[in-house]
Amino acid sequence: MPRTSPPRRDAWKRSLRLIAVLLAVWFTASLGLGVLLAEPLNRIWVRGFPLGFWFSQQGAILIFLVLLVVNAIAMDRIERDADQPEDTEDPS
Amino acid sequence: MSIAGWTLVFVVGSFALYSAIAVASRVQTTSGFYVAGRGVSALANGMATGADWMSAASFISMAGLISFMGYDGAIYLMGWTGGYVLLALLVAPYLRRYGRYTIPEFVGDRFASQTARLTAVACAVFISFTYVAGQMRGVGVVFSRFLTIPVEYGVAIGGIIVLLYATLGGMRGITYTQVAQYCVLIVAFLIPAGAISWMMTGTPIPQIGFGSPLIEGERAGVALLRAIDQIHTDLGLPEYTGAFLAGKKTLPDVFAITMALMTGTAGLPHVLIRFYTVKTARLARWSVMWALFFIAILYTTAPAVAAFARVNMIQTLHNTPFAEAPDWFRNWAATGLIRFTDRNGDGLMQYSEGPGAELAIDRDIMVLANPEIAELPAWVVGLVAAGGLAAALSTAAGLLLVISASVSHDLLKSFLRPGMSERQELVAARLSAAGACVVAIIVGIYPPDYVAAVVAFAFGLAAASFFPALVLGVFTTWVTARGAVAGMIAGTGFTAVYIGWFKVFEWSGPEAWWFGISPEGIGTLGMLINFGVTWFVSRRTGPPPPDSAKMVAMLRGER
Repeated sequence: MPRTSPPRRDAWKRSLRLIAVLLAVWFTASLGLGVLLAEPLNRIWVRGFPLGFWFSQQGAILIFLVLLVVNAIAMDRIERDADQPEDTEDPS
Repeated sequence: MSIAGWTLVFVVGSFALYSAIAVASRVQTTSGFYVAGRGVSALANGMATGADWMSAASFISMAGLISFMGYDGAIYLMGWTGGYVLLALLVAPYLRRYGRYTIPEFVGDRFASQTARLTAVACAVFISFTYVAGQMRGVGVVFSRFLTIPVEYGVAIGGIIVLLYATLGGMRGITYTQVAQYCVLIVAFLIPAGAISWMMTGTPIPQIGFGSPLIEGERAGVALLRAIDQIHTDLGLPEYTGAFLAGKKTLPDVFAITMALMTGTAGLPHVLIRFYTVKTARLARWSVMWALFFIAILYTTAPAVAAFARVNMIQTLHNTPFAEAPDWFRNWAATGLIRFTDRNGDGLMQYSEGPGAELAIDRDIMVLANPEIAELPAWVVGLVAAGGLAAALSTAAGLLLVISASVSHDLLKSFLRPGMSERQELVAARLSAAGACVVAIIVGIYPPDYVAAVVAFAFGLAAASFFPALVLGVFTTWVTARGAVAGMIAGTGFTAVYIGWFKVFEWSGPEAWWFGISPEGIGTLGMLINFGVTWFVSRRTGPPPPDSAKMVAMLRGER
């Protein structure tokens, strides 16, 4: 095994947990509420939208955007805690 | 001034801007040519990615398609945005941490295999050429309708502009023209959308107008979507907002297509290479966020535009005497993209769908015709034409760079002529960009019939080839070179045969689809086959060489 520093390995585990949570929300918001549950949700109208239709054509996209903001901020924190190097140089 | 006059002003003006940027961002190094010297900011990269990604299909065709598909249009909306979540979480930052220049290079290095690299080159070049053909057709449509210039000249003019900035500036030139093109295309999309929303619902924000009541016409006071559902019911069509109704796509098919477009997006080489252009993995993550932000502005507007266009089109055309057809109808009829056949001989245009329909309306024209349908001033129409060109040219440029880098870097430098100096490689890169551009112009002038059929193929192929290879390459350590190659070949092979069988040659009809999945969605199954075969073959041929664990640790930032 290559040498890996313990705090950085810990950071990888933390980022895996973060990815799992964000992917769960990603799936639920789009394929879950927008597709699998679209039919029952469409019977509920909120502010001029049937809910399943709204998730599939508006809501999912907005939730994706929130996920990416959360991801960028949380990963910044994880990497800062682990003191990860900023990889500015091209490996060659 | 006339529509043609305004169009000319906007098109010439925007083309002059792109050329000026091209000259200002010339490059002298391979790093500048392939990855813009890695000096692009996250914000600029996000904007460039937005333009790179939003093609003629997103700008010109998508709202029109959704307008005819209703709920089913969600496959594009979710599929083409959800992929960015996968990109940010699973691919982009790790790709940047790896560095270097191309996607085949990553695949080849990660699995320590030239075969894997060459397989990836074949996939990248095929996907990109498929896509370029579609962009060039978009350029042709805009030129022929708005400037009454023959399609061939239009395609050639657009192609030469791309040729100029792609060969001079490489990735650097492409990046900054894409930033300008994003601004042009988003303004061109939002102005008519806002104006139409204002006219129909009294709010200039289309996303809000989408859920608001109509303010005029016989259905004033009824929420827009309810009104469309009623219109559909009256005409005997399935409800617009309804999911999985008769005559619409089935649940498994919507699921599979959405998934295939999401994973395909996360595996498209021209998008992936954009994340090499920033300094760090951290900035790659922020670029994906900005990219989705800029894309979401158009992608949340498009379904609203689709709904407005639906009401407008049916209300202005249905039961209107052909003799009193509006001007825009005559203009588009002249291009052959709208046809009226008076089947019952009453002189009225009846709107219906299916084989007996009196009106045949090409889906591609809805966005371009929308400002005219809503009777907006001529300059708005001209701006929309310039926006359509910006969307098509920016995507074409990104694709041409993938082809150029695949030839000069992956084929020549690493395989056929490893002794090349950097200067020679740069010349080769410029020449192959120019060559690819000439091929694209020819394909645009003489579009092969199968273009529409193979666009599905590009996504299916990306989903079934690159996505699993990239994700497994970062998140597992057990994949062997043979496993990765076998997976890519099995995944793409299966997808290719399925699409060929059902879509290109049409040997069987939809009743024979596996699990009810159409060729558009089969990339999802191809991806699963790729994962399965990679796992199985890696089991038999493992363990992978110890070096690969080192590389994985580097990708994850563990050392």
